[in-house]
Amino acid sequence: MNKPLRRIAIFCGLLVLALLARDNWIQYVAADELRTHEKNRRVAIERYASPRGNIIVDGKPITGSTKTSGSDFAYKRTYSNGPMWAPVTGYASQAFGATQLESLEDGILTGNDDRLFFRRTLDMLTGKKKEGGNVVTTLNADAQKAAFEGLGGKKGAVAALDPRTGAILALASTPSYDPSTFAGNSTTTDSKAWEKLQKKQNPDEPMLNRALRQTYPPGSTFKVVTAAAALEHGLYENPDDKTKSPLPWTMPGTNTELKNEGDIPCENATLREALRVSCNTVFGKIGSDLENDKMLETAEEFGFNKEQFTPVRTNASNFSDDMNKSQTALSSIGQFNTAATPLQMAMVASAVANDGTLMEPYMISQLQAPNLDVVEKTSPKKMSEPLSEENAQKLQDMMETVVDKGTGQNAKIDGVTVGGKTGTAQHGVANSKNPYAWFISYAKTDSGSPVAVAVVVEDSDASRDDISGGGLAAPIARDVMKAVVDSKQ
Amino acid sequence: MSSSTSTTNTANTSTIGSIGTPSRRNTELALLVFAVVIPVFAYVNVGLAVNDEVPTGMIGYGLGLGGLAGVAHLVVRKFAPYADPLLLPLATLLNGLGLVAIWRLDQSPRLQQRAENLFGAFSPDAPKQLMYSALGVAFFAAILVFLKDHRILQRYTYISMVVALVLLVAPVFFPAVNGAKIWISIGAFTIQPGEFAKIIIAIFFSGYLMVKRDALALASRRFMGLYLPRGRDLGPIITVWAMSLLILVFETDLGTSLLFFGMFIVVLYVATERTSWIVFGLLMSGIGAVGVASFEPHVQERVDAWLNPFSDQVMQGNSEQMAQSLMAFGSGGVLGTGLGQGDSDLIGFAANSDFIFATFGEELGLAGVMAILLLYALIVERGIRTALAARDPFGKLLAVGLSSAFAIQVFVVAGGVMGLIPLSGMTMPFVAYGGSSVIANYALIGILIRISDTARRPAPAPAPNPDAEMTQVVRP
Repeated sequence: MNKPLRRIAIFCGLLVLALLARDNWIQYVAADELRTHEKNRRVAIERYASPRGNIIVDGKPITGSTKTSGSDFAYKRTYSNGPMWAPVTGYASQAFGATQLESLEDGILTGNDDRLFFRRTLDMLTGKKKEGGNVVTTLNADAQKAAFEGLGGKKGAVAALDPRTGAILALASTPSYDPSTFAGNSTTTDSKAWEKLQKKQNPDEPMLNRALRQTYPPGSTFKVVTAAAALEHGLYENPDDKTKSPLPWTMPGTNTELKNEGDIPCENATLREALRVSCNTVFGKIGSDLENDKMLETAEEFGFNKEQFTPVRTNASNFSDDMNKSQTALSSIGQFNTAATPLQMAMVASAVANDGTLMEPYMISQLQAPNLDVVEKTSPKKMSEPLSEENAQKLQDMMETVVDKGTGQNAKIDGVTVGGKTGTAQHGVANSKNPYAWFISYAKTDSGSPVAVAVVVEDSDASRDDISGGGLAAPIARDVMKAVVDSKQ
Repeated sequence: MSSSTSTTNTANTSTIGSIGTPSRRNTELALLVFAVVIPVFAYVNVGLAVNDEVPTGMIGYGLGLGGLAGVAHLVVRKFAPYADPLLLPLATLLNGLGLVAIWRLDQSPRLQQRAENLFGAFSPDAPKQLMYSALGVAFFAAILVFLKDHRILQRYTYISMVVALVLLVAPVFFPAVNGAKIWISIGAFTIQPGEFAKIIIAIFFSGYLMVKRDALALASRRFMGLYLPRGRDLGPIITVWAMSLLILVFETDLGTSLLFFGMFIVVLYVATERTSWIVFGLLMSGIGAVGVASFEPHVQERVDAWLNPFSDQVMQGNSEQMAQSLMAFGSGGVLGTGLGQGDSDLIGFAANSDFIFATFGEELGLAGVMAILLLYALIVERGIRTALAARDPFGKLLAVGLSSAFAIQVFVVAGGVMGLIPLSGMTMPFVAYGGSSVIANYALIGILIRISDTARRPAPAPAPNPDAEMTQVVRP
């Protein structure tokens, strides 16, 4: 009987071998995946095991942590002025996970980041409790306040950048939400607050970060891109030369006339004049003359068709690549398929303001270890150069005329040069829905341009003419710019 | 794998010329010291990690485990002096580690809270488990004291069959616990009769097959390279197969069913040396499993939880445990979090019984789990080694039956909690919380030790030949 016995011994060995192999699979090969699995509560337990590091604006924390009891989470996240800062911080909730900076920099905030390994080991040996590091943002509290309060009860978003570096100064989205209302894991209060914010119960989508994640038809503000394309591709050289723009103008390949808003002097208008009064015919024809490829080239140089990582991801703005002449004409005045995030339009203004150089937008200036040592510092990076310095200055000149004598006069600030462009985008079937009011602008001082801003107000009750952009959005942009200029002095 | 041990041990177990065979009792004692000291250190480790202090129960626990080991060792020294020296230390070590893990889970606020919510009060399981272990060792000692020779069991072949059947059928008349009918409750006690039936039915299989092996092995036709048994000889295998299917259907206990059928096939194969039995066995268990799984919802649920442990449907249903178990293993990684520092208590239900292996996985890591699996492998291989050394066919069959049942149980449980195979309601021998399990497994080790003592005992010196003396007297 011994031969089968030996075989049974081998069989039992194989059973154990299978177990060993499986164990190596789940504890080594797939271990990381299981450890960080979204359903693994340990991730949240770890996240709230010690006071979380803070997100800092202008040297002051906009977040905090309080001790909690009665659950396996030791600490809970708190937010000061949560609704205002929610588009920047995102949320860190014991029950519902984390997003945006709270999620992306979770390693630093919890103190688990590999870059803190040495320190953590030292703390372990000296018996000190683990602490989280801080995330220092580039935001400007005054500008953010101006943006958030300017939007007030309206639905909309504001994005502001420092054109010289790409640093994000303001990022507001309304209606907003207070992440501290669902930071805990109580099934009564926190879950209810969370449910109420979901799209199903709240069609206003307060948790949507409109400044980064919502694309809108940019309307006439896109004419700045079209003007840049006209200058860059040599279609026109001088803002004050007459353009070849018939009125009325029928779009090529169609019987449709492109209309202007009201009876404005657009026939063969100069680029400056066309931008000042916002001529659809002039910029539509430029788009149709340049055709899809050249328009696309310029739009993509400005950052269209690409997600940005600030490090919070933005949605990609859209400028299509398969359009005929008439579609390109419509797209070139910010209609048809063209869609942009507020941040994207702020980038357009900032590239013009920074003499043609577009900097990568970013919102983290540095990451700090718990003892405030700098772990990582962001240095401004050039992203592209959508137009030459010379052309940029021509375009600045034109945008300044818009604010000086055109549709954007509401954005004027005493003693500061301001350039801007209004816009009103129609949407809905047969343009039935309320239009979006847009304004993009920059301010310029002796030391270059410290701020470029884009404002969009949804569902504006205003009339559909181009003035509404100047009426509703421009004052918000002005306040944001003023806040930045004042705080720099 | 047994080749190395067999070569080193051949000299010790050979019956001829074995004067002065070492009994290896001192080896056993030395190993037992480790088997007690390691869990005591683990116990202190848990205390330091959970409460930042050396646990006050350390002395009691150390003395308890040490006392049990000491008693067991003395009994072996007195009543089974030539027994295999590894089996008892291995069982003690696993038992000790299990006690530590159960005590560690007793300290979990999450499980305490859970017990209070469900039953209104929480009572720690570790002291009970220590008591069960003491009962287990008492069983172990009783077997060695009263069972002088394992061949006595052979007399009870058919009684064993009846007892085993009664034990297996009994749970049908008691309410199901978590979907599986594997418990019977008498007053405050609940007993898992399957654990005891495992041993008793091994006695029946060995006794029956020892008698019938020749008929089963020789009366067969050769067909396509396989020896096909005669129709009437198929009777027993079909009976056992039907029985295990019935267990599966009426008690919805996948594990026990697999265990009995697997053990039967192993013993049948060893008894007849016919590979065809294995082929038949695999085919029949495959047909049976697929057949039952296709209409039994409880089994389907288990298979579902095995295939998609993380799907919302499974996690919101009753089977969150599977995902929690996998995440516990994954979170442990290679070296583990350290005893007392994991969150394996998230598993909730049955964290210290069916799923206790996940606590080892998280807190001792890949390294610890592999070590524990190898401890089990050693027990199994020592058991099969005992079967090889045994001189009587009944002893061989019984030893291999018990060892392979042990191996299959470890595979089914550990494979279940690690997601290698669908989960079934069995417990990890020695480490899991549960009186029936720990008592039955000590009894199993006791029987193996008895067989190995008989097998390794030097042959008695030839009795003086009375004929020779008479011859001497006659010689002038």
